[in-house]
Amino acid sequence: MSARRFLQPSVLPGFGLTFGFTTFFLSAVVLIPLAALVVKAASMHWTDFLSVVLSRRALGAYRLSFGASLLAATINLGFGFLTAWTLVRYRFPGRAFIDALIDLPFALPTAVSGIALTSVFSPTGPLGRPLAQAGIQVAYTWIGVTVALTLIGLPFLVRTIQPALTEIQRDLEDAAETLGAGRLYTFRRIILPALAPALLTGFAMAFARGVGEYGSVIFISGNLPMKTEIAPLLIVIHLEEFDYAGAAALGVVMLVMSFIGLLAINLLQAWGRRRIASAR
Amino acid sequence: MAAAPHTLLDESAARPGRDSLHTLLVRWLLIGVALAFLAALLIAPLLTVFAVALGSGIHAYLTSLADPDTRSAIHLTLLTTAIVVPVNTLFGVAAAWCIAKFEFRGKSFLTTLIDLPLAVSPVVAGMLYVLLFGLQGWFGQWLQDRNLSIIFALPGIVIATMFVTFPYVARELIPLMQQLGNDEEEAAITMGAGGWMTFFRVTLPKMRWGLVYGVILCNARSMGEFGAVSVVSGHIRGLTNTLPLQIEILYHEYNAVGAFATASLLTLLAVLTLVIKTLVERRGYKGH
Repeated sequence: MSARRFLQPSVLPGFGLTFGFTTFFLSAVVLIPLAALVVKAASMHWTDFLSVVLSRRALGAYRLSFGASLLAATINLGFGFLTAWTLVRYRFPGRAFIDALIDLPFALPTAVSGIALTSVFSPTGPLGRPLAQAGIQVAYTWIGVTVALTLIGLPFLVRTIQPALTEIQRDLEDAAETLGAGRLYTFRRIILPALAPALLTGFAMAFARGVGEYGSVIFISGNLPMKTEIAPLLIVIHLEEFDYAGAAALGVVMLVMSFIGLLAINLLQAWGRRRIASAR
Repeated sequence: MAAAPHTLLDESAARPGRDSLHTLLVRWLLIGVALAFLAALLIAPLLTVFAVALGSGIHAYLTSLADPDTRSAIHLTLLTTAIVVPVNTLFGVAAAWCIAKFEFRGKSFLTTLIDLPLAVSPVVAGMLYVLLFGLQGWFGQWLQDRNLSIIFALPGIVIATMFVTFPYVARELIPLMQQLGNDEEEAAITMGAGGWMTFFRVTLPKMRWGLVYGVILCNARSMGEFGAVSVVSGHIRGLTNTLPLQIEILYHEYNAVGAFATASLLTLLAVLTLVIKTLVERRGYKGH
């Protein structure tokens, strides 16, 4: 009976007020504007739409945005795991400080991390100079874009791996070791499977954030069409030329990509919860 | 250094045979690699901001902060945040009450929709409002006839910032309120307390650290938002430039001291945010 009803009965007041305010505000700020974007892109003729979203310049921008995000998320898979491992398993001086510092990319405005990274990695910067002497130019190349996206993605990996790593039962590892398993074997057969959902969720989050990232990238990227121009910048360029339809078309492509990302993250988290539930 | 020997002893007492030289070498190698990575990626940029900002002396630093355009950027950023953060906090509390206290159909769908802005590129977020309120947008002509401007003006900056910081308070409070349960609120209501009284006397004290947590993150993002605001602001100096946009302009003018001095303000804000966040976590609150 009650399953047919919209709202389950409750003694608590305020459903009408809070539900009304939530849906109204959500529609006004988020849903209606998103619908406007889709309608704008849908008003284009499909050949125009395709000629914008499949232009050589757009394809180059997707390749950089997706490629660098993928690479950065992969780097973070390794170093994010290492950082989380170090913070959870080891005690060393300054650990609490490092732990708090991990969230810096969340708290630091992207424009600030953008200009700071550019200074650090420019050919005259403290890290950029030795790298340039070794023949590696970081700033104003795709490597710089990857560095910026690595910075942005790091907390996503560390913060999803940390709790999962804390939850691993140490006695399983001990048992494996007692039974003669080597360090790497224990890692591969006990730790890695237990961390898989967290690793993939963090990876997906970092990747999704990287694809849409703008502020921290445009200073270090050089912004040459086809080479170091990211997809969000191409949207800005269309807007500055008052080509709203073209911008909307590219925006829809990015939006579809981020929805796929959001769906993947939700599925991965559900998978992780099921695994934890079945392990207990 | 004080804590290290103590825990090392603890560890080897509980796990005999684990303090071999080999184990110690691996441990310090891993710690060393992790720290080197973090130093290059996080600490070097942080130090660079202050090194460049103060590189020409404290006088040059203060002079660039006294620049009228920078001053008006500070003013605009504070004004925007003063509107956005309370509104989004109110929304977050309402959404959390609605979702955590009641069972209704489509609840998980609603929760997903609230998280949506996190998945949207900031540039796309800004563009949404250009398409709606820009000159060629849906309401463009209507607004121009009435001499109202949203895009390239304060309202556009406020609403774009609102979009990108939209879920921050809500996604902190929803899981927290679900975790805390309804028993105390139901008891209060049953014993005759009104809805508002129950909220202020029972719910609010219970969730105060979660609220602080969500609000400081919302605040940090709204003061620092770049992409979305950049699209709607029009970059009119002294008028529609927020702090992050002012940094961009100074940087492109090769005014390194000015750009990094302005950036240092936002860096201090970020550090302050992390300090408050850590203090809240020390009180036993874990972020969601």
